[in-house]
Amino acid sequence: MTETTVGIGGAAEGTDMVLNIGPQHPSTHGVLRLRLILDGERISHAEPVIGYMHRGAEKLFEARDYRQIIMLANRHDWLSAFSNELGVVIAVERMLGMEVPERAVWTRTLLAELNRVLNHLMFLGSYPLELGGITPVFYAFREREELQNILEEVSGGRMHYMFNRVGGLKEDLPNGWLGRAREAVADVRSRMDVFDRLVLGNEIFRGRTRGVGVLTPQTVHAYGVSGPIARASGVDFDLRRDEPYLAYGELQDTLNVATRTEGDCLARFECLLEQTHNSLDLADACLDRIAELPPGPINQRLPKVLKAPEGHTYAWTENPLGINGYYLVSKGDKTPYRLKLRSASYNNIQALTELLPGTLVADMVAILGSMFFVVGDIDK
Amino acid sequence: MDVTPQPQLLPEPRRLGTLARLAPEPMKVVLNWGRRYSLWVFNFGLACCAIEFIAASMARHDFIRLGVIPFAPGPRQADLMIVSGTVTDKMAPAVKRLYEQMPEPKYVISFGACSNCGGPYWDSYSVTKGVDQIIPVDVYVPGCPPRPEALLQGILKLQEKIARESLGERYADGSGAAGGNGAGPHPSPAALTSALVTPPPAPAADAGPADASAPGEGGR
Repeated sequence: MTETTVGIGGAAEGTDMVLNIGPQHPSTHGVLRLRLILDGERISHAEPVIGYMHRGAEKLFEARDYRQIIMLANRHDWLSAFSNELGVVIAVERMLGMEVPERAVWTRTLLAELNRVLNHLMFLGSYPLELGGITPVFYAFREREELQNILEEVSGGRMHYMFNRVGGLKEDLPNGWLGRAREAVADVRSRMDVFDRLVLGNEIFRGRTRGVGVLTPQTVHAYGVSGPIARASGVDFDLRRDEPYLAYGELQDTLNVATRTEGDCLARFECLLEQTHNSLDLADACLDRIAELPPGPINQRLPKVLKAPEGHTYAWTENPLGINGYYLVSKGDKTPYRLKLRSASYNNIQALTELLPGTLVADMVAILGSMFFVVGDIDK
Repeated sequence: MDVTPQPQLLPEPRRLGTLARLAPEPMKVVLNWGRRYSLWVFNFGLACCAIEFIAASMARHDFIRLGVIPFAPGPRQADLMIVSGTVTDKMAPAVKRLYEQMPEPKYVISFGACSNCGGPYWDSYSVTKGVDQIIPVDVYVPGCPPRPEALLQGILKLQEKIARESLGERYADGSGAAGGNGAGPHPSPAALTSALVTPPPAPAADAGPADASAPGEGGR
């Protein structure tokens, strides 16, 4: 009997390739790191490695008093600073049982919506950039500068407004600002067809995003995904409508929650775009309303030492990227005993472990970009 | 007479080209001129400041008109690294590693309060209090985040610095061989982590030794 040995090379062994993306990588804005295991061109396993931007904000909250917390709180998601501040002050106001003047409520709603537009413009510009279209980001930043000018005139900050105070806002709006704000909103709206037609109408853009990276509603629920990403998968949930805070209760006829059912990259982008349009409309509605409001205070007089009474509360808001919540536990001190931060991107990015396996490496960037995350919001 | 060739001690990091070392002064001016207006930048974007960096590279502020070119494919092709944002202890090794990958001569701008000194996270357990603890920094841009105009100013300052620098001095090993006047523009980063400077000896030991020890004792 003869024995034959057949060499099969490495074919019998695993040929998995581990690919490391990041933490510093051109396709990630920020420093998210991904460990991918590839089977040829296909991703078989994906693991987001987070923590490169962990700044320990939650622990620092415990060492700051309630006025100082606002300043740290707006920095974790640096593209939606105003909405981040909002959660903290709403939580503290609720603990104190403080009534916020009507003028402040409407102005907060207005600024929150303008901030939402600013945030979305960043992603509307950067997502085509990641897919290889360089032009839209220049347009996005032109619009961003317009709106940043308006917000800077109010608050003095281009990104971190630091304009919320417990019990209202820092100060009243400058004279003539409403007209300038209205003008800026109209200008931005008039040029939004860059994204409606130039980007969304682009054949290559559609080709690279349609049917790519489909996120199922089950995954959305399992991972606590929220915001435009969840709504693109048909999970119709928006705190502005379902649990109105600020003045959203009175804006229900203007508020339009953009949803899609496809759950792919294109749907996520469309949701973001539609929400931007809607936010501009909401901003106009707020401007109309503020013009009608009688003059009055915009904040409350605070005691020298601000202490929240003993107890706990959970304040959540619909941030541009999803649900942002603060769980505030107070023992009656100047500082919170614990302030847990539930940030949107942290949950959203976890879905990548389910979303990426089975997709091609070439689609990875398209999927990653369409998750609309801010690394500071992941790592806190 | 001993004719065996002595082991020639090369200037330790032999980073200077022959041209830069031996060129006459006017030529060095031309080299500096060329160097300062073609700064290929590598953006180490980490946090909020990275957004302002992007804003500075966009149409309104446009730092390409200053000769800063943001298209470096990676650190190996870059002359200038702009660290914009919070450097955390987990990120710090990567910052250092990418800095080391850059070819000489290389420059660093620290953009924003966090990379200058830790900024609002000065008492955080996980934040590196300033990127200058790990790599040498040429220009610090303050602000949280700084405006794009501040970055433009920082770039102009760096260009002024490059214009008047002599690479021979920049890369002197600190023994005073080339410069002689001080340890050069780049002190060792180790100096930042050194212990406290010892105070000068008490001027008059006979004034009252009992009093001199009193504050320490009385404090507790």
